[in-house]
Amino acid sequence: MSKKKNGSSGLGQLLIPLIALGILVLFNLFRDISFFSITMRVNNSGNIVLAGNLISIIDNASELAIIAMGMTLVTAACGGQDISVGAVAAISGAVLVKVLQGMGGITPVSLLLGFLAATLVTILFKLFNGTLVAVFRIQPMIATLILFSCGRSIAYWINGDATPQLYAPIIDSIGKTIPGIPIPTPIFAVLLMGLLLILLFRFTSLRLYTQSVGINQGAARLNGINPTTVKLISFVILGVCVSIAALLGVCRMHQLNHKNLLVDIEMDAILAVAIGGNSLGGGKFKLIGSILGAYIIQMLTTTLYAMNVNPVNIKAYKAIVIILIVVAGSPVIKRGLTALWKKLRTNKAQTEGVN
Amino acid sequence: MFEKKNGAALRTREPLTDTQMLMFISIGIFAAMYLAAVLFMGGGFRKPQMFFDLLNDNAALIIISCALTIVMITGGINISVGGVIGLTTMACAIFVNSRSGESGTVSILLTLLLALGIGLGFGVLQGFLVARLEIQPFIVTLAGMFLARGLTTILSLEPVTVSHEGFQALVESRVKIPWLGYVAPNGNLIPAKIEIGAIVAICVVILMALTLHNTRFGRNVYAVGGNPQSALMLGINVKRTVFWAYVISGLLSGLAGFVFLMHKPAGNASVAMRSEMDAIAASIIGGTLLTGGVGNVIGSFFGAMILATIQKIIFLSPLNASWWQDMANGAMLCFFILLQSLILMRRNNSKTAGKLQKNLKIHKADKTTEGKEEKHET
Repeated sequence: MSKKKNGSSGLGQLLIPLIALGILVLFNLFRDISFFSITMRVNNSGNIVLAGNLISIIDNASELAIIAMGMTLVTAACGGQDISVGAVAAISGAVLVKVLQGMGGITPVSLLLGFLAATLVTILFKLFNGTLVAVFRIQPMIATLILFSCGRSIAYWINGDATPQLYAPIIDSIGKTIPGIPIPTPIFAVLLMGLLLILLFRFTSLRLYTQSVGINQGAARLNGINPTTVKLISFVILGVCVSIAALLGVCRMHQLNHKNLLVDIEMDAILAVAIGGNSLGGGKFKLIGSILGAYIIQMLTTTLYAMNVNPVNIKAYKAIVIILIVVAGSPVIKRGLTALWKKLRTNKAQTEGVN
Repeated sequence: MFEKKNGAALRTREPLTDTQMLMFISIGIFAAMYLAAVLFMGGGFRKPQMFFDLLNDNAALIIISCALTIVMITGGINISVGGVIGLTTMACAIFVNSRSGESGTVSILLTLLLALGIGLGFGVLQGFLVARLEIQPFIVTLAGMFLARGLTTILSLEPVTVSHEGFQALVESRVKIPWLGYVAPNGNLIPAKIEIGAIVAICVVILMALTLHNTRFGRNVYAVGGNPQSALMLGINVKRTVFWAYVISGLLSGLAGFVFLMHKPAGNASVAMRSEMDAIAASIIGGTLLTGGVGNVIGSFFGAMILATIQKIIFLSPLNASWWQDMANGAMLCFFILLQSLILMRRNNSKTAGKLQKNLKIHKADKTTEGKEEKHET
């Protein structure tokens, strides 16, 4: 009985994002079926790659999906969101480029070292946020407002006003495709990060700990869980996610622009978490929901582009769809619908009984 | 027994003074900062006009800080204020230009109504979604921000400059303070000038402070933010209070858009970008807590003034670069946030300790009375 209940509540959380995705897919099917066509084409560097709207949706949503995973954990543990991810990603990219310039060339080794250094710096900055949240008990949104307002300036300070251009085969294989593999590399990065987190949840009690800290910190502490550590771990994982997303973003654009790297991604990531049915107040979470949310946001954007909506006007249409999705997922509507469903079922049972 | 409890509730006003301490710290820091600027920067800071320029340039920021403070006291947040300013300036600029033949007063009044109407629309929509449908305020107002920004670019991508003569007269009108000013080299006294927008902003601060402190609605806002459950138990209509808080917030952001247009008479899609974060920072520096129940409009006013002073100091110093300004803002925010957290931790500790003792006492009293009753029964 209890097992069944758990299963239904889990699906209930994913119901809204799945319906939203389904409506988007149906809408595109009726609008223009060629939206889904996937073709093989030869790209500029002579490799055969897959092309098409679906591929570009999944490809372009990669950074968002990766950051949304980390954001889900932070949201679940702390009951608040980190709004400094975009700014810290700019810092991470700046460190990466600084190391690459210091090593005097882009080779796999220098890129790896640069990535490791960038990850380390990102984790340090996230630990700063994490300390404010976990030790000083500051609301996450306010604690991360500090880096939100000055993060991009720190990136500027590290690297100057220049927008360094990066051209090398290895950059291409990370940002676009590896020669011989037709699927864009960022998709593999999402899969890898997802797999890592799933393994982490499988072999440690992190998921349970995070949820219990998010639901009731005091009770978790009395049960021997250290809330401070759990919150700090969630910020460290978010740091790794941000660093990977920054690497993908830099490699995709072939350049570092501290003003535009992953700009506004914090808002989209929080939206992805919310659309995925996760509570922004912390507690229970479903990673897959946030990933679905990221793809829904990207699919919405791509659909609007395909409908020839002016890119600068997209925000208004996006806002309307977002409002519709969150209204459909709101607790009041949910309660009303379940009440209606129960009524219908009892009516049906009654009529069957009469027959 | 009941009267006793009421008495205790009335007596525990100490936490209020504790949060007022945050406000006084921010006022003190503003005064110290301004004094230091006068002493060490000299130049423009010696003239009283500088202070009024801070008000003139940041009238819109002050108003949206008030707009944010009231929703933050209810425990929510409103990040659509910057977007609403952008939309209002654009819509009003286009509207007022379309009535170029008319007399000044009528078209200005109609423009003001349009600005307030846009703000009211956003406020009602967001209030309904947050209060009635119980959607998280962050997401609702984020969508509101997207909607406002998108509608602004749909209205016009190009900046629209106001060409209406009556409105331009309003933009250029200043209130002079005859007894305050500085003496020019030729011996004439040049009076300090205040823009109408700055006066509006100060009126808003005073009105909001009076509303929050002296009306039933204001008290309800604090109660709802402090603990929605107990507010509900006390018979306060939580949903209606939250709804009206968002409506007021939206209305104020529409007004801020109009004030912004009076300061810079042009509609522009990138106007007031990220000003919502500045407003949140101003509220936090002024002692408002995002958790709700604590805050003060006057504190937010000084928070906005602190941000404005930092901006001015860095603008006039050799470090004039936007990134230095960001860093200074970040450092200032960090300082205030840590200060708040330390004060709150201390307060929570003393509060829980006090509570525990009181609870124990009440428990004892209850037990003794119970025992007596039992005895009576037996």
